[in-house]
Amino acid sequence: MAHTVLSRRLMTLAVLAITLFTLFFAAAGAMAAPASLSGDIIIDGSSTVFPITEAVAEEFRMTHPDVNITIGISGTGGGFKKFLIGETDINDASRPIKDSEAEAAQAAGIEYVEIMIAYDGLSVLVNHDNDFVDYLTMEELNAIWKADSTVRTWKDVRPEWPDEVISLYGAGTDSGTFDYFTEEVNGESGSVRTDFTPSEDDNVLVLGIAGDKNALGFFGFSYYVENTDKLKVVKVDSGNGPVEPTFETIKDGTYSPLSRPLFLYVTKDALAREQVKAFVTYYLTEGKALIPQVGYVELEDALYEAELAKLN
Amino acid sequence: MQGTDRLSRKRRRKNTMAHMMFAVSALLSILVLIILLADLIRRGAPYLNEAFFKNFPSRFAAKSGILPAMVGSVWIILLTAVIAIPIAIAAALYLEEYAPRNRFTNFIKINIANLAGIPSIVYGIFGLTVFVRTLGFGRSILSGALTMALLVLPVIIVSSQEAIRAIPDSLRHGSYAMGATKWQTIRRIVLPSALPGILTGIILAISRALGESAPLLMVGAFSYVSALPSGPMDSFIVLPVQIYTWMSKPSADFKDVTAAAILVLIVLLLTLNLTAIILRNKFHKTFE
Repeated sequence: MAHTVLSRRLMTLAVLAITLFTLFFAAAGAMAAPASLSGDIIIDGSSTVFPITEAVAEEFRMTHPDVNITIGISGTGGGFKKFLIGETDINDASRPIKDSEAEAAQAAGIEYVEIMIAYDGLSVLVNHDNDFVDYLTMEELNAIWKADSTVRTWKDVRPEWPDEVISLYGAGTDSGTFDYFTEEVNGESGSVRTDFTPSEDDNVLVLGIAGDKNALGFFGFSYYVENTDKLKVVKVDSGNGPVEPTFETIKDGTYSPLSRPLFLYVTKDALAREQVKAFVTYYLTEGKALIPQVGYVELEDALYEAELAKLN
Repeated sequence: MQGTDRLSRKRRRKNTMAHMMFAVSALLSILVLIILLADLIRRGAPYLNEAFFKNFPSRFAAKSGILPAMVGSVWIILLTAVIAIPIAIAAALYLEEYAPRNRFTNFIKINIANLAGIPSIVYGIFGLTVFVRTLGFGRSILSGALTMALLVLPVIIVSSQEAIRAIPDSLRHGSYAMGATKWQTIRRIVLPSALPGILTGIILAISRALGESAPLLMVGAFSYVSALPSGPMDSFIVLPVQIYTWMSKPSADFKDVTAAAILVLIVLLLTLNLTAIILRNKFHKTFE
């Protein structure tokens, strides 16, 4: 019997404690800055854009702690599937929306705004010990990567290069990076030779190229920036002389055509919500300073002005 | 005589060789674990400070923390347990104590055993279609926990069945002889005696749920959340997903942060498994 009395007392204590806690936090919440925004912002999409959106969300949280920003990584295409049935507010995209996706949006009655936020330079890389490849022309890249390519050794690319078999590494077929590279190099999105080592995880590509003397591969600029000591970047010549991808050449457009724009797609319904509009505005103003910190390239200021104007 | 000697020496040599082979195999598996742990500790330990447990993820490795992932994992696991345990024990009790021994019961039992072997991603796809979309629970803790509950149900049911079956009939008969009803016997005799075995199953199931990422990614675990979940309808991130997100970051520093997070997950899993082992030992003692 003593036992039940004790547990009953404990129960009463617990209930009291919980009530007090709730009251305390409710009071604390009520006293916090009333002007602060709240609500949800649901974001999904490209793994390439994720680091930028994550950095912006991290800073945005400092001023608006009550806004709950959630970011998923479903890939650009996977993200659009959710975006187009209204499950998300914003889709991170490493390529523009496809016609088929735009049609699906129209059919579902979803109106959206496309906002350019940054550039990424698709970088072509070789092993650090590779001392003969200095630059590649777009024609040579195409000869190496096209679907019916006969290139097997470096010698097949340029006669003065060694007669050793090239091992190819590239972004996995589900990524926007793959779509963009094949589109620019081979003229058709998705068209590529099949005997290369693909990976959705760019760190796997870094390891592969760093450990293989005859490797040649491509992935996003941010992964090269973090691994400059392990890899050698190849200059790309698209007719105006060889250009190395750097923050400057990507920003001013001389590293062409392998520098690509990155986007946010925001539904108009979401933009009508105060916290979403504040977040996207923050992204294009204070947030843009974070872009180089995570290995991507800022747009020209005038472009950010133009994108901001789209929000109204 | 010499022939027998040689034969026996040969046999002994074979015996020694086999002995060594098995010892090396055992050592190898432990060695791999030790190397893995040593590497994780070497890389992750510098990040294992108080801030790591209190911070949100950050673009700076040094400021990164696992608070939302920890809270998310705890939410998922508690809710999974609340949903799965009563159903699993009830199912096990029915199958062992009430169900008639016929083909249909056998069919159900075989099916449950098979369910335990289905790849977890399949549960994820089911969860996405049924809980997230059809029932409209969205990408919430509730959807995640319901999916996880389905995933661990067979594990708990099977181990509970075994625990219940292991109870000697003499105990039941003793209870009936005292005039107890079936339900009284189950509640006062069968369940308490089977409890350690059932708990072992529950803990193993929970540690499985703790380590899973594929089904939760499918159901909609996020890779970043800016607010801690405060209810079952909130969005969430869990430890394995946080580890995956950090691992794919370009910076080498994040590999070390990843190691720190993996250490936390391993310590949690080892603790759970250790509890299961202790309970199992206790269980064995009771019936010897």
